[in-house]
Amino acid sequence: MLSVSVDSVFVHKMWNDNELSKMIGHDIPFMMCSDQDGSIGKAYGIYDEDSGVETRGRFIIDPDGIIQGFEVLTPPVGRNVKESLRQLQAFQLVRASGGTEATPSGWKPGKQTLKPGPDLVGNVWQVWKVEQAFED
Amino acid sequence: MPEEFKPGCQRPPIKKTNVETDIAAGPVVKEAKKSMVKVGKPAPDFTAPAFHQGKFVNIGLSELKGKWVVLCFYPGDYTFV
Repeated sequence: MLSVSVDSVFVHKMWNDNELSKMIGHDIPFMMCSDQDGSIGKAYGIYDEDSGVETRGRFIIDPDGIIQGFEVLTPPVGRNVKESLRQLQAFQLVRASGGTEATPSGWKPGKQTLKPGPDLVGNVWQVWKVEQAFED
Repeated sequence: MPEEFKPGCQRPPIKKTNVETDIAAGPVVKEAKKSMVKVGKPAPDFTAPAFHQGKFVNIGLSELKGKWVVLCFYPGDYTFV
């Protein structure tokens, strides 16, 4: 986990020391990166030139350095950390299966996966129900 | 491992990413600068100064190869959300 904003490392330290560590009872465990010229944000396409800050972009990068997923929000709406973790777990499962398994809509750890192949074509309706997408 | 550095008054230098470097190549690449990265494609590499548990370090994304990385950008420290 890496966080990135255009703030300096000094401001990151102050934010950690004076506010964030009070929220969680210890230091922020991940590295808080500083991108003061916005070059990293520009490379990822989430730097907002008009305001000079980075929008709420979140990227899941696999062990080969390949981007598997991203989400970008405007500043006032926070992310859903649980959804990010769910996606990460889904990508990890797919990778561990060597691409033989896929996770249907609403998949969570422990729930049914799909094994794409000739027999499954046109037959998803028999093995997977829409209601499963809405289950907790 | 990220390399620790002693902070001074000078701003830490930020190494340009590949995309940023390529912009000098011409207007075609300049268009790419504004476009979004793509899923299934390599994440642009970068190095950046960072604050990590009481220390200032330099971290490169490429140092984290072999691990899953969640990279989160946000508008700014002390911005509420």
